[in-house]
Amino acid sequence: MMTQRRINSLIKQLFAILFLVFMLLPFFLVLINALKPRIEIIKNPMALPHALSLANFTKAWVTMKFGTVLMNTAYITAFSQILLIVFGAMLSYMLVRWDFKANKIIFTVLICAMIIPFQSLMIPFVSIFGKLGLMNSRTALIFFYMGFGMPMTTFMYHGFMKGISREMEEAALIDGCSHFYCFWKIVFPNLKPITTTILIVNILWIWNDFLLPSLVLIKDKNRTIPLSTFYFFGEYTAELGLAMAALILSVLPVVVIYLFLQKQIVTGVMDGAIK
Amino acid sequence: MYKEKSNLKSFQVFATFGLIPLLVFGIVVLIPFFSGLFLSLTNWNGSIDGKIEFIGIGNYISAVRDPAFWGSLGKTFYYVFFVMILTNTSAFLFGLLVTSGMKGQNFYRAGYFTPNLIGGVILGYIWQFIFSRVFVYFGTKTGIPIFEISWLTDPHAALWALIIVGVWQNAGYMMLIYIAGFVGIDKSLIEAARMDGASPLQMLQKIKIPMMMPAFTITLFLTLRKAFMVYDVNLSLTKGGPYNTTELISMHVYNEAFLNQNMGPGQAKAFLLFLLVAVIAVAQVAALKKKEVDAI
Repeated sequence: MMTQRRINSLIKQLFAILFLVFMLLPFFLVLINALKPRIEIIKNPMALPHALSLANFTKAWVTMKFGTVLMNTAYITAFSQILLIVFGAMLSYMLVRWDFKANKIIFTVLICAMIIPFQSLMIPFVSIFGKLGLMNSRTALIFFYMGFGMPMTTFMYHGFMKGISREMEEAALIDGCSHFYCFWKIVFPNLKPITTTILIVNILWIWNDFLLPSLVLIKDKNRTIPLSTFYFFGEYTAELGLAMAALILSVLPVVVIYLFLQKQIVTGVMDGAIK
Repeated sequence: MYKEKSNLKSFQVFATFGLIPLLVFGIVVLIPFFSGLFLSLTNWNGSIDGKIEFIGIGNYISAVRDPAFWGSLGKTFYYVFFVMILTNTSAFLFGLLVTSGMKGQNFYRAGYFTPNLIGGVILGYIWQFIFSRVFVYFGTKTGIPIFEISWLTDPHAALWALIIVGVWQNAGYMMLIYIAGFVGIDKSLIEAARMDGASPLQMLQKIKIPMMMPAFTITLFLTLRKAFMVYDVNLSLTKGGPYNTTELISMHVYNEAFLNQNMGPGQAKAFLLFLLVAVIAVAQVAALKKKEVDAI
């Protein structure tokens, strides 16, 4: 009986490790090749590097202007999040707490909008906003993210807010608080769990998004990580070591954060997906 | 529910809480969407200044007459079908494994989820290197024929390369949803079945899978949508090649509009794509909702 159980758990471990190797081996292969010069990669892309050399990394960092690129990505992601959280929370508060006739219509439109694939509106999108001179600007991109992210953000806040008791806010209203003040002072702090979930889901989306920024940000001083990886790879495909180092650099920020916050991120994504 | 006594008061509330987000949403999403619908019915060629004439469904006719459109759509269906099946099978297995009470299950969960943290463009380049360098090296050293030439240079193999990467990319995410499903099953049900002497396989078949129907609704819906809309990985892994044989529908629409500058037919195709996604999504959710009720 005992041995049977031990064999079972051994088999499980074996499979779990096998799957893990399949999931992570690609990253490992890129990493070992990023540490090698080109000739070594061509000779044997599966071998460990002979000597550790960070030359590829420093060169990739400089040619990609990785510092600027990282700042751009962080800037765009951060400001989009602030706008989405602030306005998404307020909008869903109105939708949940007031009996306006239009609320139902607004909510339905937001839900339907979640089905629209970006490809279905990108062509007029480019010509309208290109005409208005809103391309090539990080601020415009943040504005676009606020629009595209609003349905999902509002939807998630909406579901959570329905379950929050109104006693506290009503007491505050009787004391003469304005709705606005009451929302930020009393309701918003209670939304913390869902705010965290929304933040995680939206950060992963915007940090990694490619198609929208590729249409909006053309000039290289504005580029985000996925964009600059794309352009870099187009130019330096032949310089394998350099390209591999660029990939590692692009992956690194998220992976470092993941090492510290993996539990929160996994739970957050899980909650976000089943809402 | 709060009620406002006057219209002015109502408007004040609306202006405070709803006006700005709805305005931005309207400008960014609704205006392009509806102008896209309108422009697909005109002879618009991409410039806003040009004279626009209403031509009815002309663009739609030329879109459905384009064999490249159907070719791309066919490949997309093939891709979607296999990505859906393989992603969900592996995600279900992962979920089963890491909820079985084994040692280190949180570690494995985190590991399987890793590809989801990274953008599709970067994932595509990582696999481009694997397929064209590592596999080929491995093939020539060991003499295993399927690895000897790069998958990315053969039309059929390149599509399968895309499928493999699609599965690899999405399995960890879907696993999380299955985990939530497994964890949500009432413990007393499992206990009762165990008392009655149910084998693990029976348990899976008679209890776990029927109780997991809501999770299946979500994962199938999400994989379908993600697979249908795939663009980033398509661009960085195969760029539609070799010879446009792996140009999936998103890329086809993109290329039609922005590379070939066929704005009208491009927008018509984009709108057909929307209709298709909407119909499939609605049908599937309806079908699975029915199953959920039957299972209970």
